[in-house]
Amino acid sequence: MSATADVIYNYDGTFEGLLCCVFESYDKKEIPIAIVGPDCVQNMLLASKDILTDPLKAKRVQSSIPKKISYEVYEFVCQAFLTCFPKKELYILLFLRQAYKWGAQIMNRLTDEIVYPLYKAVQHLQKESHLLKGFIRFSVANQVLISEIGPKNFVLPLLKQHFMERYPEEKFLIYDKIHQMGLLYQPYQARIVPIDALEMPEFDETEIQFRQLWKLFYDTIEIKGRHNEKCRMTQMPKRYWDYMTEFQTAPMVRRKIVEGPEKLPIKNK
Amino acid sequence: MDIFAKLKILSDAAKYDAACTSSGVDKKAARGGIGSASACGICHTFAGDGRCVSLLKVLFTNVCIYDCKYCVNRRSAETEKAAFTPRELADLAIQFYRRNYIEGLFLSSGVIQSPDYTCEQMIETLRILREDYKFNGYIHAKAIPGADSLLIARLGMLADRMSVNIEMPSQHSLQLLAPDKSKHSILTPMSYIKGRIEENCHDLVKYRHAPKFAPAGQSTQMIIGASPETDRQILSLTEGLYRSYNLKRVFFSAYMPVMEDKLLPSLDTKPPLWREHRLYQADWLLRFYGFAAKELLDAENENFHPYVDPKCNWALHHMDFFPMDVNRAPFEDLLRIPGIGVRSAQRIIAARRSGILSFAGLKKLGVVMKRAQYFISCKGRKMPGLDMSRQVVLRAMMSAREAKLYGTDLGFAGGRQLSLFEPISTLETSAKELIKCLPLPM
Repeated sequence: MSATADVIYNYDGTFEGLLCCVFESYDKKEIPIAIVGPDCVQNMLLASKDILTDPLKAKRVQSSIPKKISYEVYEFVCQAFLTCFPKKELYILLFLRQAYKWGAQIMNRLTDEIVYPLYKAVQHLQKESHLLKGFIRFSVANQVLISEIGPKNFVLPLLKQHFMERYPEEKFLIYDKIHQMGLLYQPYQARIVPIDALEMPEFDETEIQFRQLWKLFYDTIEIKGRHNEKCRMTQMPKRYWDYMTEFQTAPMVRRKIVEGPEKLPIKNK
Repeated sequence: MDIFAKLKILSDAAKYDAACTSSGVDKKAARGGIGSASACGICHTFAGDGRCVSLLKVLFTNVCIYDCKYCVNRRSAETEKAAFTPRELADLAIQFYRRNYIEGLFLSSGVIQSPDYTCEQMIETLRILREDYKFNGYIHAKAIPGADSLLIARLGMLADRMSVNIEMPSQHSLQLLAPDKSKHSILTPMSYIKGRIEENCHDLVKYRHAPKFAPAGQSTQMIIGASPETDRQILSLTEGLYRSYNLKRVFFSAYMPVMEDKLLPSLDTKPPLWREHRLYQADWLLRFYGFAAKELLDAENENFHPYVDPKCNWALHHMDFFPMDVNRAPFEDLLRIPGIGVRSAQRIIAARRSGILSFAGLKKLGVVMKRAQYFISCKGRKMPGLDMSRQVVLRAMMSAREAKLYGTDLGFAGGRQLSLFEPISTLETSAKELIKCLPLPM
């Protein structure tokens, strides 16, 4: 039986790294009280352990999940890792330990104190990615569709498939300002890469015309006699508005593009 | 006339159409094409009135040979008239679509020259989108009553969803307010489309690549509050439409007075939004909760309760059905409990497979305990310390807004205690703000 140990796991912030933490936890028969990523400030009072990312160990844990539990649980864990839930690493570890015990049934234990918060976090992620499928606004510059988003969760891996199926012949870039990552696509491949900063390029007249047309349509389609600010804000929280063409007061801002370090491919699911 | 002016006129004229959904079909772009659709539907923005904007909703033209009394585009109306060209509209839709402004196109039209001519223009627009641009996104096309069935068939092959607006909830009102349209002219295309969809389903079984006819089905819309029908009549009609025409959706549109006419409610009438809201609630109960129209309203209750939603109202009138044990009740019964929806009922079924549910657990599953607590039991017990007095239960069934209105109206009624079990007619004065079903001055 494993007991909670007064130890903190330091991992490198990758999904593989987290799987190695799971491995370590079983190997040493201990449950850490926290798992922290590289950007976290160290807590000096407690002993901490650096967990090295070993691809072999990660692979063992990774392949065991669909085999011993279920593919559904594997997908759930992958998505849980993308959420903005603060203690996601520890919860994923605890969740997996329970899942190995209960098997695929774990997904039914929605009232469990470990499963429930993680389930909520994944729902939040899915909801946000669903909303963004609609709320993303592209601008066309040099035949490339460019868009900027500021999501709470790391949604780009969830958006990839959708936009690939939608615009197979276009080139597009979705830049996640918060996580400083970008989804780049050109026919017919997509990559998710780190991008430090992105400045929108200068837009030509055609682009500005369509922005104005869209704004015009948006303003016209409202039935003024039914104005309902609260309903609009419930359906479309204000934090999305900054990125949407219809709410931009000056749709013709002129800015220059600065390319980020595109060469570092990051892991994506 | 430039594109800005046209878009303004023709989207302004289309905004009273309630439907803007993009749901019901899953598909992705072919190589060399553009556009996909998702069965759950995607909202791209929400207008200032809180309605989802998913499609570029425009009229092809607002010129119309008909003179329907309630309509902004009627022949005798002195609004500015405009018409797109098929190419112009297709280009606009594609450019909006590329920028992810929209999920597709909702194309309706006033009747220009003749129903056939109008239909041909719409077909040409959709043809450019589908063939020239290889557009595979969502298209909702309005069938033009009176157009040749061959044209309707062609339109259905190009569109994902078709709709024919039934306009008024009864034949009498239709005759009065839309003298150029008849029940026959509306129901004929509707049943034709239904027939084609069914036929197409058989074809698809036989030939996998058979071209699809309106794969996202058929919908309709009616105007609420311009004519004197009761909620019960409207709801029975809705149920009938779902049954006999296999409709995907019936939309309700609260009447916005746009025209002065002695047959219509006066211009200062507010749209009956609450009534529309209640009808949508009931519509959901019909489609997803296994309710029948006659369970929700009967001869004594012709209209919905102003303060309590139809599901709570049903539950309060059927207290013998409750309390229900959440650990045993079948799915259909769980759906009847106020505070439990389709999703939470599904979660309850899943969660109780691996353990007995408690009250605290139910909350985590998304059950609204404020309402549900009066109707459920866990492990054979009701919630401890529950006050089951009528006033308390009734209050719990109301949203904050409904409770506020209820409080205000109580003041009007001179402190009279409202009971839910009184027939609706005694509530008439207090419900004036909520139910604005105006009788016709005949």
